[in-house]
Amino acid sequence: MLRYLALKIGRALFVVWAAFTLTFVLLFVLPADPVDLLFDPAEVNAVPPEVREQVAANYGFDRPVLLQYLARLGHALTGDFGASVQSGRPVVATILDVLPSTLVLAAGALALALLIAFVIALAATATRRAWVRNLAEALPSGAVSVPVFLSGILMLQIFSFRLGWFPAFGDRGARSLVLPLVTLAVPVSGPIAQLLVRSFAAEFRSGYVTTSWAKGATRGGIIVRDVFRNAGLPALTIAGITFGNLIAGSVVTETVFARQGVGRMMQAAINTLDVPLVQGVVVLVAAGFALINLIVDLIYPLLDPRLRATLAVG
Amino acid sequence: MTVELDAFAAGHRPGLARPLVRRLGELTRRPILVASWIVVLVVIGWAIAPGLFTSYGPYDGDTAASFVPPSAEHWFGTDRLGRDLFARSVYGAQTTLTATLLAVLIAFGVGTLVGLVAGFSGGVVDTAIMRVADVFLAIPSLLLAMVVVSVLGYSTQNIALAVGISSIASFARVMRAQVLAVVTQDYVRAAYGLGVGRLGVMLRHVVPNALSSVIALAALEIGTAVLAVASLGFLGYGAPPPQPEWGLLVAEGRDYVAVHPWASIMPGVALAIVVIATHRISTSYRKDHGR
Amino acid sequence: MTDAHEERRDPLLRITGLVVDYRAGRRQWTPAVRGADLHVGPGEFVSLVGESGSGKTTLVQGALGLLPESARIRAGSIAYSGVDVTGWNDRRMALVRGNYVGFIPQDPNTSLNPSKRVGRQVIEAVRFNEPGTRDAARHRDAALESLRTAGLKDAERVFHQYPHELSGGMKQRALIAIALAGKPKIIVADEPTSALDVTVQKVILDHLVRLREELGIGVLLVTHDLGVALDRSDRILVMRDGEIVEEGPVRRVLENPAGDYTRGLLDAAPARHAGRLEPASGARPVSAAAPEVLRARELTKTYRLRGRGPTREVRALDGADLVVREGTTHAIVGESGAGKSTLASILARFTVPDHGTVHLGDRELTGLSRRRLREVRRDLQFVFQNPFTSLDPRFTVGEIVAEPLRAFGLTPGRRERTARVIELLKAVALDESHLRRLPSQLSGGQRQRVAIARALALNPRILVLDEAVSALDVSVQAQILRLLVDLQAEYGLSYVFVTHDLGVVRLIADDVTVMKDGAVVETGPVEQVFRSPRHEYTRELLEAIPGTRFAVAGAR
Repeated sequence: MLRYLALKIGRALFVVWAAFTLTFVLLFVLPADPVDLLFDPAEVNAVPPEVREQVAANYGFDRPVLLQYLARLGHALTGDFGASVQSGRPVVATILDVLPSTLVLAAGALALALLIAFVIALAATATRRAWVRNLAEALPSGAVSVPVFLSGILMLQIFSFRLGWFPAFGDRGARSLVLPLVTLAVPVSGPIAQLLVRSFAAEFRSGYVTTSWAKGATRGGIIVRDVFRNAGLPALTIAGITFGNLIAGSVVTETVFARQGVGRMMQAAINTLDVPLVQGVVVLVAAGFALINLIVDLIYPLLDPRLRATLAVG
Repeated sequence: MTVELDAFAAGHRPGLARPLVRRLGELTRRPILVASWIVVLVVIGWAIAPGLFTSYGPYDGDTAASFVPPSAEHWFGTDRLGRDLFARSVYGAQTTLTATLLAVLIAFGVGTLVGLVAGFSGGVVDTAIMRVADVFLAIPSLLLAMVVVSVLGYSTQNIALAVGISSIASFARVMRAQVLAVVTQDYVRAAYGLGVGRLGVMLRHVVPNALSSVIALAALEIGTAVLAVASLGFLGYGAPPPQPEWGLLVAEGRDYVAVHPWASIMPGVALAIVVIATHRISTSYRKDHGR
Repeated sequence: MTDAHEERRDPLLRITGLVVDYRAGRRQWTPAVRGADLHVGPGEFVSLVGESGSGKTTLVQGALGLLPESARIRAGSIAYSGVDVTGWNDRRMALVRGNYVGFIPQDPNTSLNPSKRVGRQVIEAVRFNEPGTRDAARHRDAALESLRTAGLKDAERVFHQYPHELSGGMKQRALIAIALAGKPKIIVADEPTSALDVTVQKVILDHLVRLREELGIGVLLVTHDLGVALDRSDRILVMRDGEIVEEGPVRRVLENPAGDYTRGLLDAAPARHAGRLEPASGARPVSAAAPEVLRARELTKTYRLRGRGPTREVRALDGADLVVREGTTHAIVGESGAGKSTLASILARFTVPDHGTVHLGDRELTGLSRRRLREVRRDLQFVFQNPFTSLDPRFTVGEIVAEPLRAFGLTPGRRERTARVIELLKAVALDESHLRRLPSQLSGGQRQRVAIARALALNPRILVLDEAVSALDVSVQAQILRLLVDLQAEYGLSYVFVTHDLGVVRLIADDVTVMKDGAVVETGPVEQVFRSPRHEYTRELLEAIPGTRFAVAGAR
């Protein structure tokens, strides 16, 4: 049990470290002169050499790459990713400012996406009509096919401009959250729904469901008592992918709806080549991914009695 | 026992064995699949010979006719400069599809090779490759692509490269899983038993059998890559403004969405239809091949 | 169980002229059951026998209203005690299922919900069929009682366990408990023991017989094994291609089968034959002093099981010995987990043992380098259990059989290679018309012939056959066994024949090694081991062979 735990935690830490290293190589080593990245591209040529050297020394770019790497890594371990080039504020504080807004959006969208996915999977399983099932099976691939920026614009057009039900932009109040939430939830629900439709169908055809039929159970009873739990469990295995989809989707969603958040900040950081901030966001996201997968790895065995037994032995 | 064996048989039915005529006959009973193929073929036509599909040029503006709503004259309407949006969408197919194709080729080529090596060698090599893949999977591909583009510079080619690189890991993972599944099959053990060498077993048995589901993923990935390319274009990391690119077209129309919604919606819907069509084709391929 | 008795009252289950179709395409239907009649009276034990594709499972599913959605009942009726339930929807059928008819499924390993304790699953069966009462304590007692009736002595403990904590036999008993929980009048069992070992099979089937005696319920047993059916039934029905081709009391069917198909089935059943099959060529010059061709000594293999959670070790093979004489068949027999497949796999060098040696002639195999091993493989070939997985689905029959020839560069040109392939196909009673077919276009028996042809391509001295006929129907199995015997006589082959089926051993083997838990229990000439087994376990296995009633009738 302890070995299992240590292995999983070690793996998670490795992912975070590797993400840090990867972004370091991409952002600090690969560019010909990283100092260039620190200035506004339009003004880069006008910067006097003394200022460049001064800046380079400030960021430690005059030292050997390995030393720079170790220094940055050391700071990162203490939670210091340096200062944002644009604002001059610490990267971590800058991210923490906008993180809650993104978390609210992502959590709400996740809840809605799960709801959509379960409804679709249940409809596909519970129905006896072929066309309902075909529709339910086709919906998820439609959900992932419509680009987030298009669905966002359509929502704006219909519910905000035409009907005036919700505000078009900004992040004040619950009403402004509705459109971004739906926009983000739809594509996120797609892969979950696809997985659930498949696992519901597989469980519904399995041997123990036949046993339940033979016991005299009804269709609804079988879905509730037997299928739901066993088929819902696999959704956990794509928690990491879902997390990634939420993050990627929130970049576009926050842009379309002009909402404050990590996604939009990332976009701004890329646009202004705010290298420390970009690295901070990427490492944060990788850490989130690793944490989610770690949690899934740890709770999955608890939910499956077969795995629980093997864990108890150790 | 019988059921089990039949399932084995069904899972491995090679598609090419069926006569072409019968397959065409089957197609007529699947109108949605046929429609999807038509959409894809037409869009490929747009990319190859845009001049055949529209008489307008992508840059020909007529400021007198700015923001004309969709009509028989201008199917998608016109933009602020009076340029025909249908023509811009048709010409944009070239940019977007070339980038998509390049991205998928990179992801498919590198990912499949890496997955094959990992799955076939096993041991330390496998562990090392998969831990690296973990890292790439941990960063959402859109984010990774944004970082890569910011380093390489904004352009459609770099978008293609970025999207391709960020999808390598998922191809590698699927290929590895398939290779591991095939390697334990009896027919692979049988081949070793018959004296076929490792390389022979890999090339003759493992690769062809493992590839079929990776190809299904590639078909799916085309749709995903179109979306990623267009999303990056929408965010402004692709071709510079006068060029027609699908994501950029939507972004350009977006500023006027309150008054002239078609300017971003028409190109966006065209894009969505293409993605839905590729997904449809990929799904039916997977169903036909029992995956 | 006399006929007069049945005429007076409606039978528990009566199926009349049932026709079931499967959807094959839009407006296209393939019949699976073509007008079957069947009835089971109170206290009667009826068996429905058929090979794969005979429609026996479809017939039973139809009776229970459990047909898949792709199937439809086109004609006929199903009646329980005279109540016609044909076309009832799920809601109405739910009142019949469990309550009136209990069902025991084929594979106990997949038929219990893995995430629920056994007790809860039995309680559900009690509760569904006792609407009105909400007394949890009574339900619990009834469930425990049911588990005990199903032969689980430690019912209290099983009640709190999860399915994965039980053995296959115990799971099947739990499923019997579930079937009994609704106090049904008839029990339908669909191949209830095909996933179980023979010794467990015997216990389970004996228990079914006891249940019908004690509770007076009717039993309908569906099986592919004629021996199983004959041993316990009052009456048997034989099904083929969706039709009932034979029906009657066991004794009558045994002594005077009405149809050729039944006669063929009886002849194909291993239990019908007292001794070894003789090759078509007649003479079989095997002397007791045949030189040994393969010798394995002290083989040991431990597997590490890894997965989620900590590593566990399983000793698959524990110091096993084996001697195979030239030109003879040596059978390795055992139940699941006996280590027989591991042994076969080590002989073929698919697996490397932890300890021990294998000598092929005077060459030692276990320590060989890859290149030397390849040379040895020309002498020792392997045939897998499942012909559906041992042939690459993308290769044609011609390519499959040619693969070893190509690998060793044995045939210089294309034409020679094709000629040799055809020669090999003819040796296994196929011909050049099969050359371009894909495995998916062949039947199970044909596939196994292709696998054998491929194994023969290198002119080996030894064939290791790992359960090579277990996945096949009895009639096909008989053909393949005959083919093997003929090939052995023609090419002087030695066989290592791994099987769980002692009946087959008698047909084909000269020597036999009985294994249990990774160790050899007993070894010797077949005649001697079968007539006077020295070990208790061997005796147990021999007694569990289905079809004892057969042997008696056959001897007449």
